[in-house]
Amino acid sequence: MWHRETSLQGFDAVVIPGGFTYGDYLRGGAIAALAPILSEVRRFAENGLPVLGICNGFQILTEAHILPGALVRNSGRKFVCRKIAVTPHNTDSFWTEGCKGVLHMPVAHNEGRYIADEETLERLEQERRVAFIYCSEEGEPTDEANPNGSAANIAGILNDRGNVLGLMPHPERVVAELLGGTDGRSILERLSDA
Amino acid sequence: MPLEVTGPEVHREMGLSDAEGEMIRRRLGREPTLTELGMFAVLWSEHCSYKSSKNVLKYFTRYREAVEGEGLENAGVVDIGDGIGITFKVESHNHPSAVEPYEGAATGIGGIIRDVLSMGARPIACLDSLRFGDITDPENGEDRRLFTRVVQGIGGYGNCIGVPTVAGEVSFHPRFAGNPIVNVMCVGEVALGKVATAEAKGPGNPVLYLGSETGKDGIHGATFASEVLGEESEAKRPNVQIGDPFAGKLLIEATLEALETGAIIAIQDMGAAGLTCSTCEMSVRGGVGMEIDLDRVPLRDPTMNAYEIMLSESQERMLAVVQKGREEEVLAVFKKWGLPAVVIGSVTDDGIVTVVHKGETEASVPAGLISEGCPVLDLHAEKPGNVDSAARFDVSVLPEPSNYERTLLKLLSSPSIASKAWVYQQYDYTVQTRTSLWPGDGDAAVLALRGSQKGIAMKIDGNSCYAYADPFVGGQLALIEAARNVACTGARPVAATDCLNFGDPNDPNVFWRFREAVRGIASASDALNVPILSGNVSFYNETPDGEVLPTPTIGVVGVLDDASKRLGMGFPKGMGYIYLVYGFGHAAKQHALGASEYLRVQHGVDDGAPQPPDLETEKGLLEFLAAAAQESLLECAHDLSDGGFAVALAEMCVVGEAGCFALMDADEHFQRHILGPVLDRMATTRTPPSEAVRRSILDAETQTNPWTYSTRTDARLFGEMPGRVLIGVSSETVRESRLETLRDLAHDRGLFLHCVGTYDAASRHMQIAAPSRSLLRTALKDVREAYFGSIPAFTDGADPPVDA
Repeated sequence: MWHRETSLQGFDAVVIPGGFTYGDYLRGGAIAALAPILSEVRRFAENGLPVLGICNGFQILTEAHILPGALVRNSGRKFVCRKIAVTPHNTDSFWTEGCKGVLHMPVAHNEGRYIADEETLERLEQERRVAFIYCSEEGEPTDEANPNGSAANIAGILNDRGNVLGLMPHPERVVAELLGGTDGRSILERLSDA
Repeated sequence: MPLEVTGPEVHREMGLSDAEGEMIRRRLGREPTLTELGMFAVLWSEHCSYKSSKNVLKYFTRYREAVEGEGLENAGVVDIGDGIGITFKVESHNHPSAVEPYEGAATGIGGIIRDVLSMGARPIACLDSLRFGDITDPENGEDRRLFTRVVQGIGGYGNCIGVPTVAGEVSFHPRFAGNPIVNVMCVGEVALGKVATAEAKGPGNPVLYLGSETGKDGIHGATFASEVLGEESEAKRPNVQIGDPFAGKLLIEATLEALETGAIIAIQDMGAAGLTCSTCEMSVRGGVGMEIDLDRVPLRDPTMNAYEIMLSESQERMLAVVQKGREEEVLAVFKKWGLPAVVIGSVTDDGIVTVVHKGETEASVPAGLISEGCPVLDLHAEKPGNVDSAARFDVSVLPEPSNYERTLLKLLSSPSIASKAWVYQQYDYTVQTRTSLWPGDGDAAVLALRGSQKGIAMKIDGNSCYAYADPFVGGQLALIEAARNVACTGARPVAATDCLNFGDPNDPNVFWRFREAVRGIASASDALNVPILSGNVSFYNETPDGEVLPTPTIGVVGVLDDASKRLGMGFPKGMGYIYLVYGFGHAAKQHALGASEYLRVQHGVDDGAPQPPDLETEKGLLEFLAAAAQESLLECAHDLSDGGFAVALAEMCVVGEAGCFALMDADEHFQRHILGPVLDRMATTRTPPSEAVRRSILDAETQTNPWTYSTRTDARLFGEMPGRVLIGVSSETVRESRLETLRDLAHDRGLFLHCVGTYDAASRHMQIAAPSRSLLRTALKDVREAYFGSIPAFTDGADPPVDA
């Protein structure tokens, strides 16, 4: 799907992968959120069809206000690439229903610190829209487990209908033992049901 | 009128000697124009011409063959089977990084990526070898800043362009103060049969300018890289290029897609010396000329003159020769990716590069004269005094440490040995989803290739202190260390690339070191059958305080036929045995402490010569590791290097999160009291070891003793003896009597296997004992803290964060 396209006719799901759209020189995902195809992605999401935004894809979804909140510079003020642990907080949604236990995935980002105003954070919690939280090996949301200073250790969130998931970790990078793990499959295999 | 040379001092300002200036006039038969003189100056600079190093590089077998035969390409290609070609090259970006560390390092990454792209290859991994001054001195914020900003620059460019930085090495020494070494390496994958060339062919074929607009940045960057850094270097910040990694990313995709059209005859990146280098080199390679019209070159600043346009080193640009009539196909691809692409001229048959700007012929020079006519220098070499004095160094005057545990922790927290997680966690090392063995997990990185079972392993290494004390041995060990590291992942090393960082070659001592280092690398390369396919020389690494330590760095790439058999360095879950694999090429009494990290850290002594390698042992080790990994006989492997046996063991423990018990001088006591109980414990399990296996563990290994090389305990614990690898062997493997197979694999190659102890994931300590006493017993959490906590404490802890 080329960024200048304006139709998602015939597609069953949208995955916006990671990367550095337009170099992200301004702010992660800020320019991409204005790409022609994004208005169609918004309509697609509003129609309840599955949309997944990974890393830069998550940033684009927040910049486009398809998901609430924002992703800002990591609290350590450094790019961070390492394997982290997350625990699913809601396993009822389309993308997360196959997830269980502590999942290990790499993060690789400079602007992955999730922030939102108190009201939004409370609403996300109440509406069970926090999809993943950074956690210790035991599943506890500790400070050490939080790679970027995200509010409430939030690693991924859902939209109000639960069909749109945005997350900073990279499930697509852990789909084979050969690549360091298979925990990403539980999310990506949902594509077969899309 | 073309731009004129205004006086005799102009060539000197450009870095040409009077003799070279005179030669240019004589060969041209007239006064050069300003643009021509500038073109000669950059291509005849040390950086581009290799005038001081050419004669020495002939020690490299492949280089000699290429120069005498079919000529040099931008980088060689290795056929690894399955129709896959691998190409790689390393390059230095030391000078730009010294004055502008972020952009200097960033454009280094961009440049080496385009070098690989020029071969038609997709860049799939980057590595870097870095040297900095002392970062532990609270008063020395400058070298910490250089370190921090170089790392950010590598990450900033590499992460954004989407090429994973998967391996590297960093070390620190006061002799790099203010002049860091930044060597960057890129590995690319290309389908055999689709390798692109840089030979311009076919008079009348259009010449295409592809990529970003030309600006005033980087003018004379190559010349800048060919002089000593001084007070006025700061004024040369405008000579440093500015990178645009997103344009670089677009250029990768557009170039590979354009190559797929089949319309491109030749392509080269515009790196050092930009348009000058690419037009002249491509012409010479194809035995043709080129006529280009600078009015068509996309410019960022329309006031630029011919001289500036020809010498600009703006980034993210390529030059291509395309089949006449098919230029639209290539232009369309670049248009789709939103990058400038224009026809700027055509190939001619006269062997002359002609540059026209605003109707004036600004340059008209024979391509051969400018790109290959630079007089080669035969510089004087003289052995420096420090080499002989280092060889005479006597370790016996130094006391043994009173507490080995403290020494071990000190070594682990020395920034040169400590974990580089602080560095590599700022690099995206999993993008492109090939990374199969991650940084920090093994002695080298492993990438799993798509559409094939194969994996490739890669590492870059070098030891500046060794090279200073004994450049020949330092050169040998740089290649050997990189090859051994690659082999520790189970891969078979297949080829190497070298980056040679030295001071001013006109200093006979520097030139001697350079020559000896090249001889050393060549000797190891021939002995191990790991040919040098490509390389780069960087001279003039000096500041007013003197030259940096000589630093030959070597990148090695190896092949695993089955990527899933890759080996990490950490002890695995469960329990098993630790064996030392070694040869006895050096039976003489040694201490292996010369030029070691131990001497510097424990005694503050920077002296002594490195232990020379035994090439047969090293070759045997490479073969042994590949064979043993292929047979799935090993759990992990890690070579002894900086910090010796104790540090290697500690690293295997913390990376694998397992404790260990090791014994030096394994004797009867060890067999009975240490290994015996382990075997007894195993005997109670469902599949106890057979009596034969038990005997083979207990008896066979007492015939040799790997520790006889010295009676000093520090030499045994921390000596940097080459030709030694620690391996973890699972208790299952031992139970299955596959130990015999392993031992045969070693013996067949003249190597010994010596059981030094056991690892146990349930244990929280690492312990090393001698028969009569415990030498050290350290809690894993202390080991971890020393190893992982050191660099963050010196960087994040010392200065306020620097923003990218």
